[in-house]
Amino acid sequence: MTNAVLKADQLSKDFNRRKIFSAISFDAASGSSLAVTGRNGSGKSTLAKILCGVLTPTSGTAVLSIDGNAISPERLHRHVGLVSPYVQMYDEFTGIENLRLAISIRGIVRKNDRQLRDLLQQFGIDDRRNDDVRTYSSGMKQRLKYAAALLHEPELLVLDEPTSNLDEQGIAAVRDVMSRQKESGILIIATNDRDDLRYADRQVTVEGEHT
Amino acid sequence: MMMRSAYEVFRKDVHSEFRTRYAMNALIMFVIVALSIILFSIGDESVTPGVLSGILWVIIFFSGMSGLSRSFVSEEERGTVLTLQLLTEPSAVYAGKLLFNLILTVSLNLFIAVMYVLLVQQFVVQSPAIFWVTILLGSAGIAAAATILAAIIAKANTKGTLYPVLAFPIMLPLLLTVMNATRLATEGAPFSEAAGEFQVLVAYTVVVIAVSVILFDFVWKD
Repeated sequence: MTNAVLKADQLSKDFNRRKIFSAISFDAASGSSLAVTGRNGSGKSTLAKILCGVLTPTSGTAVLSIDGNAISPERLHRHVGLVSPYVQMYDEFTGIENLRLAISIRGIVRKNDRQLRDLLQQFGIDDRRNDDVRTYSSGMKQRLKYAAALLHEPELLVLDEPTSNLDEQGIAAVRDVMSRQKESGILIIATNDRDDLRYADRQVTVEGEHT
Repeated sequence: MMMRSAYEVFRKDVHSEFRTRYAMNALIMFVIVALSIILFSIGDESVTPGVLSGILWVIIFFSGMSGLSRSFVSEEERGTVLTLQLLTEPSAVYAGKLLFNLILTVSLNLFIAVMYVLLVQQFVVQSPAIFWVTILLGSAGIAAAATILAAIIAKANTKGTLYPVLAFPIMLPLLLTVMNATRLATEGAPFSEAAGEFQVLVAYTVVVIAVSVILFDFVWKD
């Protein structure tokens, strides 16, 4: 297991002069999990994007270190996985094509089709792997997002509303992912769902500010 | 690693384009309609080579405006921007999109130029070398400018209007140069006479790409 540490220091974010949140600090290391809670619109999803490096904070820093080396923002995508309602898969491609696309753009050479199918099987959508994603239900799309986020075995996995749109079987698969991630890396869950919160060791509440 | 990733982004765009025809249908329809209207309006009238050169580049400019923005706008509309941000670094996305737009623009502009030479009988190219080099260098310049502009306007609410409005002042030096070089081609000027124009076109493309590489990180992330 690699030793990953995530350190968020005094993070704040404004959009067009509107303050979303301010002064959020926490840290998390491999083998731990953290829940980000807060009412609707408080900035949980925004914080999730900042932690994944796809959004720049207005002030403060979020740094992921692997074995003591800080990861630069340009390389962060190699170590981070995000499942979020804001992530969309390519509708015109099939499920397995979306995964092949993800590994080819990421430059992962060690994954073959058999392994991709195993991942799809894990989320119960292997039988629909050759269908265009546009024909998937919202729950199936959510399952495919999990498969895509786990392809590169990220040290930091950020789940925004992890069980939304999922049926019981899907929720069980996701909870299995959460259990394994908090053993092998860092798990961040942005949710208010009490059942999901049980998988977090600690909790950070994003208050949200309105000026 | 970055180049490999950029190539895969390009491949993804090519496959996506063949399945959705986001850009291709708009571009081809525009070219057919524009060429038909010009042929009908010229009729038997006598038009100077300078004006005909200008009309050719008007078609090329607006056909580019009707389709080239799709590379980024389609990602924004489908909500796949975040997916791409999570897959690779910004420079790989920019390079992949630039390559896609470059190949699309060169292919389309070669098609437009061939159709224009064949259908507009008064447009006689007396220096083919100048003409085809102008088409190729002009296409590269248009693709370079169109790519970064598409990335910028994809975030805006009024994408359709903003694109040609922003593109016109940025592409004006390029358009004036290619129109002049095309006029030289119709007048049968020796290749060396157009060397100055070619230098401007190469310099324009290099500068736009260099500025785009610096800007793209800021444009790509909110």
